[in-house]
Formats: sequence, C-alpha cells, structure tokens
Amino acid sequence: MSDHNHGHNHADTHHHAHPAKPGFSRRTFLRRSSEITLAAAITITAGGALLNESEAWALEVKALKPETMKTLILMARDIYPHDKVPDRFYAIAVKAYDAKAAADPQFKSMLETGIAGLDTAAGAGGYVGVAWEAQRVALLHQISSTPMFETVRSGLVVSLYNQQELWPIFGYEGESYSKGGYIHRGFDDIDWL
Amino acid sequence: MVAKFDQNDDGVVVIIGSGAGGGTLGNELAQKGINVVILEAGQRHEYEDFINDEWASFSQLAWTDNRTTSGSWRVAKNFPNLPAWIVKAVGGSTTHWAGASLRFQAHEFKTLTTYGHVPGANLLDWPITLAEMEPYYARAEEKMGVTRTGNRPGLPGNNNFKVLKAGADKLGYKECHTGNMAINSIERDNRNSCQQTGFCFQGCKWGAKWSTLYTEIPKGEATGKLEVRPQSHVLRIEHDASGKVTGVVYADKDGKEQRQKARVVAVAGNSIESPRILLNSHSAMFPDGLANSSGQVGRNYMRHMTGSVYGVFEKPVHMYRGTTMAGIIRDEARFDPSRGFVGGYEMETLSLGLPFMAAFLDPGAWGREFTSALDGYSNMAGMWLVGEDMPQETNRITLSSFKDKYGMPVADVHFDDHPNDIAMRNYAYKQGMALYESVGAIRTFPTPPYPSTHNLGTNRMSENARDGVVNKHGQTHDIKNLFVSDGSQFTSGGAENPTLTIVSLAIRQAEFIAEQMRTKTI
Repeated sequence: MSDHNHGHNHADTHHHAHPAKPGFSRRTFLRRSSEITLAAAITITAGGALLNESEAWALEVKALKPETMKTLILMARDIYPHDKVPDRFYAIAVKAYDAKAAADPQFKSMLETGIAGLDTAAGAGGYVGVAWEAQRVALLHQISSTPMFETVRSGLVVSLYNQQELWPIFGYEGESYSKGGYIHRGFDDIDWL
Repeated sequence: MVAKFDQNDDGVVVIIGSGAGGGTLGNELAQKGINVVILEAGQRHEYEDFINDEWASFSQLAWTDNRTTSGSWRVAKNFPNLPAWIVKAVGGSTTHWAGASLRFQAHEFKTLTTYGHVPGANLLDWPITLAEMEPYYARAEEKMGVTRTGNRPGLPGNNNFKVLKAGADKLGYKECHTGNMAINSIERDNRNSCQQTGFCFQGCKWGAKWSTLYTEIPKGEATGKLEVRPQSHVLRIEHDASGKVTGVVYADKDGKEQRQKARVVAVAGNSIESPRILLNSHSAMFPDGLANSSGQVGRNYMRHMTGSVYGVFEKPVHMYRGTTMAGIIRDEARFDPSRGFVGGYEMETLSLGLPFMAAFLDPGAWGREFTSALDGYSNMAGMWLVGEDMPQETNRITLSSFKDKYGMPVADVHFDDHPNDIAMRNYAYKQGMALYESVGAIRTFPTPPYPSTHNLGTNRMSENARDGVVNKHGQTHDIKNLFVSDGSQFTSGGAENPTLTIVSLAIRQAEFIAEQMRTKTI
C-alpha cells in the first residue's frame, strides 16, 4: 500500500549513509550545541559532500546542490520530527531524491525550485538559518499543498520509517519468524493491566 | 499428479481467481471428479517464501496494477491508485487475510425486511437464508479449522487482546474472546499451530492460517482434476450465438493472448476485478457487458464501514506480537437502531508494524502531533472497527479511460459514504476510544479507513433478475453456464469479515454446478 505511489520499491530505503572517511578537515567540524538545530551539524565539504562528524557519516551528493540536500534533511526532520532519531536516518531517507534527480531532470528542477522558494521565503540565511522549528514549520505550511512538498512528504513516510535500523528506537522488533515467533518471547507478557 | 488441460478442451470448468471463492470452488469440483482450470493473474509463492516485512511483503503479494478512484471517500485522496489492499498471487487474498471467520446473523440476509427503506440505500434481501447456509457454514468451519467451532480450542490472547478484554470488561461488553479464527490453535490438517509470530497480513510462514494456497489448491491438484495456471491475466469471456459462454481469453506471463475453452466459467477475481472482466466482455449481443441485463454489474460496491482506534498507554503493550486479529467484541454487531444507524459492527484487535503505522495512522499528516503518536508505538494497542455499510447503486466499479499494459481498461472505483456508514463509524470511534480510555489510555486516535480489504456486492444475488446479477447459486440470471463465486455475490455486507461466507457459498455452489453438469443442464 503506497502513499501516492511512492515507495513501491521499498528496497531502495535500506541503504546506509557512507561512514565518514578519515581525512575530512577538522575545520569542517561544527560542534553541536543547544543553539543550533540538529541538521546544522551537517557541513558541506569542498568536494560537495555532506558531512556529519558527530554522527560519523558523510553523504555524497550527485545531482542536487549540496545545500539543497542539507535543507532537505532538515525539512525531513521538520516534517517527521523525532528527537530520538539521529540525522543519519533523515539523510538516508532523502538520499533517494538525489538519485532520482540524477535520472530525472524535471524532478531535479522541481526540487531545486521548491527548495529555492523555501529559502527565499525564509529570508537571509535561508531555511536552515531559521532557528526555531515552529518558524520553519510555518514556512512548510505555506508550501504544503505544492507538488514538491507532497512529493517529499509522501516519499519520506516510506523511506524514513522503512529503515530497519530505525525500528528499535520505536520499540518495534520487526521480523520474528526466524526467532520462532513470540510464542515463547512475550506475546502475552503484559503485566500492568 | 497435477493435471494439465488442453486449451481446446471445452469440457473444463474455468475459474478466474484462486482465492477464497475460486480456490475453494476449484477443489470442491475436483473432488467431485470435474476437470477444472483455475486462471490466476498472480504468481505462485509458497508459504515459506512469505516475508516478515510490511513493504517487502506488499511488493510480493499485493495487487498493485493501476486502478483509479473517484468519490468523496478519503482513500481517493490519500491513495488514488490503490483503492484496495488485496492480493495478486495464487491463494488470492487468503494469503493476506487475518483469519477472522464469522457467520452472518439471520437478519443480515434480510436487510430490506429488517431495516426497511433507507433513503439512498439499495437494500435487498438475499435470496438465501441463514438456515439454508448453516450446513455450509459448518462445512466451511471444518474445512478451515475455525477456532471455537467443532470443539476446536480458541487461540491464546496476546497483549493487544488483553488490553481489549480489560476495556471490554470496564465498558460492560459481554461477548469478548480471541475470535473464531481460521488459524490452527492446535496442529491440524497437516499444518502447524500458530506460533504468535505476527505478520498475519504478510502471509503466514507457518501455514497455520488457512489459505487456499496450501489447503484447497494442493488437495485439488492431488486429484489430478485441477490445473492452476498462474500469471494468467483474464481479459474477457467469450460467448457463442446462443449467448452461452465458451471460453476465456487471457494474457500469459509474456503478455501473449491465450484462449482456454470452457464448458462453464466461474468468475472469482474479487469485487473489483470480477465486474471489470464482465464489463470488458461486452459484445454486440451484450453491449453493456456479460450478465448485465439488470444494469447492476459493478454497482452496489460495498467495502464495509471501517475505521481503527489506536490508544497509547503509559506502559508497553507490543501489540504487534502474536496473532494480529485474535480478539473480538461482538456486542455491537446486533441490530439496534436506537444507536442512530441500522446494521452493526464488530470490534477486532488489529496491529500494524511501524512502517505501515506511519503510512496509515493518519495518511498525509505530518508534524509533531503526528510523530509524537508514533513515538508511543511500543505502548500502543489497536482495534479495527468493521461493520455493515449500505449498498448504493452509485458506488460502483466502471471501466476507466486508462488502460493497463494489455490494453484492457483499468477499474475505476467510485465510493461515497452513506450517512448511515458515517453515523456508525462515529459511534464506533466513540466506543473504541472510551474502551481504551477506561484502561488508562493517554491518547487515542480515530484512524480513517485503509484501502479496502473487504470488497463486496458488485455482482449481487437477487431473487429477481431485474434486481441483481446472480441467483441464489451464484449463477448469472442471464447466462446459465456463467457463475460468480466471490464476495461480489453479496447482496449485503453484514458486520462480519466475509471470507467464511465466501467459502460456504463456494461449497454450496460446487454442489449445484456438479448437479447441473450431471443432468446436462449446463
């Protein structure tokens, strides 16, 4: 059952972000602090990749502007905010958009134009420069009926939540057949009723 | 020895579809010595191939061929090309179903008599009664190994059931148990017992849940009288100058047209595809499609009044552990118009994994209100509300202007809720939310209907040919060697999950077809 026909190819969402390669300059490291948003911990390297040193991952960007990917990652978090979920899951979730943009100029243009519009509406510093989630969400509400927003959101609902590595954060245990089901593993262990 | 019939063999019964209706009919006829070819659009995946992963399983089993939608139902907005969550594979939706096996209540066969005229509803009594159905229900329950029938024990209750039961007790509901399930509570029929794995909707990897895939079909094949032909997508049914059907044209796995001749054709492709095939088989003699002199083919599409309620509690539930739907409250299934609607509904345990919960809890929603609900996933309990919806002539399957890869018009599914459906859903939401709140829910979520799993009514049974498509045996009023064998025969939907009734009707229909063939009437 796919939302607006996105995510038929679920397998695309099981990719991992590349682990950060050694040798990225320390100067690109931006320490996370309470004043910056999570996604602001992502820096753009000279080679145009995204780097999150604190989470130890980097993401190559092929078709989209690196700045666009960075904005998409924050936008993904603002659409489906989970404070316990590290940025890398959001990065993996939007990675497929870069791949699709590489193959589909029209799709690429829709994303680049859409993100540029979001940045313009955000004022100096762009979308990632808006400090409060509520202010960014207000900007998203302004574009929530656009095809760009709906494309990003409806793809994300699959590509974010279909990551097996994410499931334990929510207490979902996934596949159970190979473990013999739950007949001896707590199918009826509720003790608080 | 598995049979292989010649395409020019005009003595075979051709059944379109291998699910609850088609798979059962095929085996029943084969057991009586009748040669049967089942044409199944999907592939054959044996149960060890099923996948404990929601999206991956969806890709493996679901009918994802394009369909279009219209009408005011929310599915048309959120899932415009996916009106139904049903299966394209050998075994049909019996691979995916949850196993709930309930008999209709007597009054549900007599809706027009019982409910009277409901404005906007095209109510009609079935031409068959519960009393006539009871022996067939008993045979179906035996065949399927339904729990709490025939001295078979019930399934044990999982965490999700225990929450439901505690709430049922608080609210004073009397009939709450772990269901009448076609899932083995003990080893039976050379199949495993339930291992509480969850993933019932993704196909039971233990084979504990009844599915035609590994019960009816191999049993039929063992007679040497049944051939199942997978990846055979039916395009149209052909007839001769006398108006009798003569064969079925289908696209094989390479998209090449094939023709299987037939003595009898039975359509069992589910309530969207079955009318699509009949409508697409129009000819000079039958310009509105086969068996459509009443104009009722494709009309009266029902999908059950559905909705879900999820509750988040302070402490863990792990609702996804164990049998998905082994939990029911039946008190609201009664006919009691004082609640503000006719018909009734069942409350049944339900869970989705995290990926599907994200997609279906509130389709299209985003932001913290939505995601904080998912943050409570492990502390969540869930129930499905399933009740009788009103047949409406304007809710219907038609041929779309879009065509599939074979050039066949895809099905358009039009649906508007009837005011009775809405009143029932709102009442059911209120009860479901109150139930979870009574056992300490912090938040509750009245969740909208998913793409339809119970598709019914589009070739309905009627006493008179002008009111429906088939008679009490599923034989079309217009063409005596053309039958309908799936849930599209239903004159009304009842509150109950439909599979047991489909299987019972197929057992009954097999007796009729065999007798008609024996006497050379068809």
